[in-house]
Amino acid sequence: MSLARLIERLLQLIPVLLGVSVIVFVMITLTPGDPVEIMIGDQNITAEQEAAMREDLGLDRPVHERFFLFLGNAVQGDFGESFYHRRPVIDVIAERLPATIELSLVALIIALVTAIPLGVVAAIKKNSMTDRLATVGSLLGVSLPGFWFGILLLMLFAVQLQILPVSGRIGFSSEIEPITHFLLIDTLLRGRPDAFLDALSHIILPAITLGLPMTAILMRVTRTSMLEVMRQDYVTFAEAKGLRRNRILFRHALKNALIPTVSVAAIETGSLLGGNMIVETVFGWPGLGRLVVESIFVRNYPLVQAAVLFYALTYVMLNFLADILYTVLNPRVKL
Amino acid sequence: MTAIDNGSAAVASPAGNSIFRRNMATFAENRLALGSAVVVLLFVLMAIFAPFIAPHDPNTTDLFRRLQPPAWQEGGDWAYVLGCDALGRDILSRIIYGARISIFVGAAVVLVATTIGIIAGLAAGFLRGWVDTVISRVVDILLGFPYLIFAIGLMAMMGPGLINIILALVYKEWVIPCRVVRGETLATRELEYVEAARALGASSRHIMTREILPNILSPVIVVSTIRMAHVIILEASLSFLGLGVQPPTASWGAMVADGRAFIMQSWWVSTFPGVAILLLVLAINVASQGLRDAFDPRFHE
Repeated sequence: MSLARLIERLLQLIPVLLGVSVIVFVMITLTPGDPVEIMIGDQNITAEQEAAMREDLGLDRPVHERFFLFLGNAVQGDFGESFYHRRPVIDVIAERLPATIELSLVALIIALVTAIPLGVVAAIKKNSMTDRLATVGSLLGVSLPGFWFGILLLMLFAVQLQILPVSGRIGFSSEIEPITHFLLIDTLLRGRPDAFLDALSHIILPAITLGLPMTAILMRVTRTSMLEVMRQDYVTFAEAKGLRRNRILFRHALKNALIPTVSVAAIETGSLLGGNMIVETVFGWPGLGRLVVESIFVRNYPLVQAAVLFYALTYVMLNFLADILYTVLNPRVKL
Repeated sequence: MTAIDNGSAAVASPAGNSIFRRNMATFAENRLALGSAVVVLLFVLMAIFAPFIAPHDPNTTDLFRRLQPPAWQEGGDWAYVLGCDALGRDILSRIIYGARISIFVGAAVVLVATTIGIIAGLAAGFLRGWVDTVISRVVDILLGFPYLIFAIGLMAMMGPGLINIILALVYKEWVIPCRVVRGETLATRELEYVEAARALGASSRHIMTREILPNILSPVIVVSTIRMAHVIILEASLSFLGLGVQPPTASWGAMVADGRAFIMQSWWVSTFPGVAILLLVLAINVASQGLRDAFDPRFHE
């Protein structure tokens, strides 16, 4: 893809991002309850102080001015103060983010590692028992409500078998001084294999729960595109040339069959963002998703709004990357 | 005008009808899909006739029956087959009543969203120009939000409640049928029969509603049945987070959430409502896959 094309695609993002900001701003403006009153809480405050706060937040200005104020602040990463934590919203979000990213990445890895081999086997042995099982499995995968599946896993592995912890990110005795804030990496960097296993035992159930629908979808995509590729002329030609079947499948077919899988994976990574609110709530995972859910109930609106905007921006960027990835991998497609 | 009406009816209707009938016959041959459709129907009947089916009032609490296990376990009672929750309410009765919320929200959201999506998609795909630009931009922006997060943001703003859930989901859901309809309309508007209607002087509205719409309805129906399953899971997820209908109204997601505190000793409180969600969603998914296979020759594999 040419640079000019890339820049054009980037420019097309601008109206989308602006639109997303408008919607988040409308959500803020229409949220019932006066933010100043929420901030004051039950403190005693004079009318002048209240008016000063209002002016400070720009609430005395007309709506369009407030929108540009919001946009200007957002660009600088200023989303105001979290009522609950009495700290800038952006700091609170940054603190919770590594836990969410780590969980999402592990979920993504689990999904890729299980979905691709299953999809390939299902395609190669079409209509076999494996294929049928994989099809039923993927149907279950998209039909299971994540919050319930998570609770079932907890009941089995944490309550009945007692081999995995119920909640949290790491045990108390395994806590270590952070370096990257990704516990699976930090524990190894600090030379604590015991703590690594502890962190792994905490992340495994939430990651499986989060990755399940993605696994189901990726498996189907891999199966379909593998079947598609196996019908192509060059595969038939390779067969006619007398190449061994495995060599054809893995050297030629798989490489092309994985193109849709990779781009769907990039798109689906965005939907992991939504799933992590549920999964983090079920497993008491100290990430951004749980923070947002908790914030709704304490009416910590600045945080909810900043998080919604943050999620939306990440989602748009991931979809953009998925597009780019698809063109880079598949030279026949022109953006 | 009448000439066109008669003409298109004479040509399109019997052909369309027989295709529809043939497709439905294909669907009926798929026993798994047909069985799933029956399961969905049973759930719907259960929701409608909940007051006659439920063995107990779903909201009557009984402190002596707190966390009573299901009938086949020690301490169980066949009058309360699936046991009771932390307030001593009958879980089976609450599941039966909970079907009302899931099915009503699922049906209402998909119905409203599909209607909006058809109108917007037809307008964008047929009229093109600035109408298409505006609608497509709005669609792009809404697609910029992860679904659940968008709904959570709206629910936080609007507050919980049945109507608010439906609104929060419709605001984003219509985008999906809209894209399908727009795509199909773009493909259809250049076909000969549309050209013919145009040449005969039919109005845009007539062409959109009488010529194009009946011909693109199959994919729209298939998509909306698949979406119904998604919407039911979304509603259950919102209820699970405490953003759905408010207690004591029974909803499956909230029931699973209620049981979370008791997974150590009372597994049944969370388990059974989840089974209900899984069964309904699975049945809808299998049935809609059958519909898709029957209606869309591209998927004949």
